[in-house]
Amino acid sequence: MNRINQKLKEGKKILSIYFSAGYPNLNDTVQIIHDLEKNGVDMIEIGLPFSDPLADGPTIQASSTQALHNGMTTQVLFDQLKDIRKTVSIPLIIMGYFNPMLQYGIENFCKKCAEIGIDGLIIPDLPVDVYAEEFKETFEKYGLKNIFLITPQTTDERIHFIDSVSDGFIYMVSSASVTGSQSGFGSIQEDYFKRIATMNLNNPQVIGFGINNKETFNLATQFAKGAIIGSAFIQYLTENGIGKIEKFVKAIR
Amino acid sequence: MSYNVNEKGYYGEFGGAYIPEMLYPNVEELRQNYLKITAEPEFQAEFDALLKDYVGRPTPLYFAERLSEKYNTKIYLKREDLCHTGAHKINNTIGQIILAKRLGKTRIIAETGAGQHGVATATVCALMGLECIVYMGEVDIKRQAPNVARMKMLGAEVRPALSGSKTLKDATNEAIRDWINNPVDTYYIIGSVVGPHPYPDMVARFQSVISKEIKEQLLEKEGRENPDYVIACVGGGSNAAGTYYHFLDNEDVKIIAVEAAGMGVDSGESAATSALGKVGVIHGSKTLLMQTTDGQITEPYSISAGLDYPGVGPMHANLFKTGRAQFISITDEQAMSWGLKLSKMEGLIPAIESAHAFAVLDEMKFKPEDIVVINLSGRGDKDLNTYIDYFKL
Repeated sequence: MNRINQKLKEGKKILSIYFSAGYPNLNDTVQIIHDLEKNGVDMIEIGLPFSDPLADGPTIQASSTQALHNGMTTQVLFDQLKDIRKTVSIPLIIMGYFNPMLQYGIENFCKKCAEIGIDGLIIPDLPVDVYAEEFKETFEKYGLKNIFLITPQTTDERIHFIDSVSDGFIYMVSSASVTGSQSGFGSIQEDYFKRIATMNLNNPQVIGFGINNKETFNLATQFAKGAIIGSAFIQYLTENGIGKIEKFVKAIR
Repeated sequence: MSYNVNEKGYYGEFGGAYIPEMLYPNVEELRQNYLKITAEPEFQAEFDALLKDYVGRPTPLYFAERLSEKYNTKIYLKREDLCHTGAHKINNTIGQIILAKRLGKTRIIAETGAGQHGVATATVCALMGLECIVYMGEVDIKRQAPNVARMKMLGAEVRPALSGSKTLKDATNEAIRDWINNPVDTYYIIGSVVGPHPYPDMVARFQSVISKEIKEQLLEKEGRENPDYVIACVGGGSNAAGTYYHFLDNEDVKIIAVEAAGMGVDSGESAATSALGKVGVIHGSKTLLMQTTDGQITEPYSISAGLDYPGVGPMHANLFKTGRAQFISITDEQAMSWGLKLSKMEGLIPAIESAHAFAVLDEMKFKPEDIVVINLSGRGDKDLNTYIDYFKL
């Protein structure tokens, strides 16, 4: 069974962390993954940097830009990760934009992910209908789960469609925003979390965007299976380097 | 075979809507409504009236006698340089602002490179009394001070794009992010035939008035609707899309697209996307795009700020791929010398973008009886500083 499905079957709430591969330094990727797993993080999203990340706010974009300056490329990331499954057992997801994957070749990209032991992909600018028509077969051939986003503006009908082509989890964007632009949740978010929780979807939901501390993590996981922290972790790495990851994770739970 | 958009938003293999889910409701609302609303008689009446009385349309189709004599062919210039605000850009912003109002939007955002689209957007927002925010790369704000001042006079807020290379592509990213953060009240006026479907088709339709008038005016002047050649410069490609639109499916009319070679196609300082680009996804559209082998988008270069976009609209990518249009790239030097030549021979100081299109006359041989229409997409006032620096005027 895919590690994502397995992890989500466990009784606990999931803490997932996003970071940009190649940031702060080119070769920090493996160390960050190790430290996150060692300190009890349940799932990791490895950001493949892109020059023009439309859905990201300034924090993640700045880290992507730095990572590219550091020399990160798709091939470098794959090389860094080639032995990762000898030491890491939690689900690993690559999150990146469509164009770098397209240039690598979608089939090649998927094949490489499967060889390494990547469990799924999040591609914010690959629309669900294009995926279903053109790429679903390839992803499935290599055992990769493609994770789709929903937002407070997504209609029920579309949520059901996304649920029907998903197999893993649904990434609930907490509010209409790019990454890192919200702090804390209001009643609008709570109503939205409740609405989705009562839709009886086949896939569990994991909430992202706007989770930045213990309080927001706890609130989000009242309504969903898990939560994802991205910008706040990147910010922490910027301020503290990669030596104090334990402290960051322990502060969340 | 049709060179127009299909019902799924593609021109051949190019186009589509590669957008984050956060943008889906906005783009879907537009997709479902743009054809319906723009076909309404009230919309048409308002659009036509503003183009006539506010923009100053129809723009003349001018027979360039001295140029024709020199090149021994019949050369007509479509005078988009006479449009209010100085270029064709306003045809599109008029159309989109009426659409935005019909959709009940109260806040308008736009991206701009050289500032022409920003000025055209700020102008129509002033006209309609709507809030206007224009994203512009920090580097471009410094380079294009007069247009920044014009936008401010027109009541717009100019927000610097501080990310990435701080130019047009980054201003576009920032505008898209603004739209993600403000999905309900905000309308995004894109300035070229780029972006997710339906933008390329919608902008092409608003600009298609250019070729509609060319047909009518040629019929009057030459007794025939179709020229032998239509020529336009292509950055994103909005003036070109408008110039070609009504001739796309008539293969008797040859289409010439002129790109900016910058310092030379192989110099590393160029914006010739057809020569240097590969299929990729930028700003929500699958098209030809200048990028690294790793799929990172690269920064183009041209002396003309309106042509230094790293992609082309999907319509143009398809015209290139199918061979329907011939693509020619023209260097800074060629374009600048035509800026001077057109000024001296015809008394017309062109925008540097438009000057690129004229350089085709040196690159191609036309027959004496050929009718060649060149779109003079904008006037050169905005480029005066560049001309002064270049020619030490």
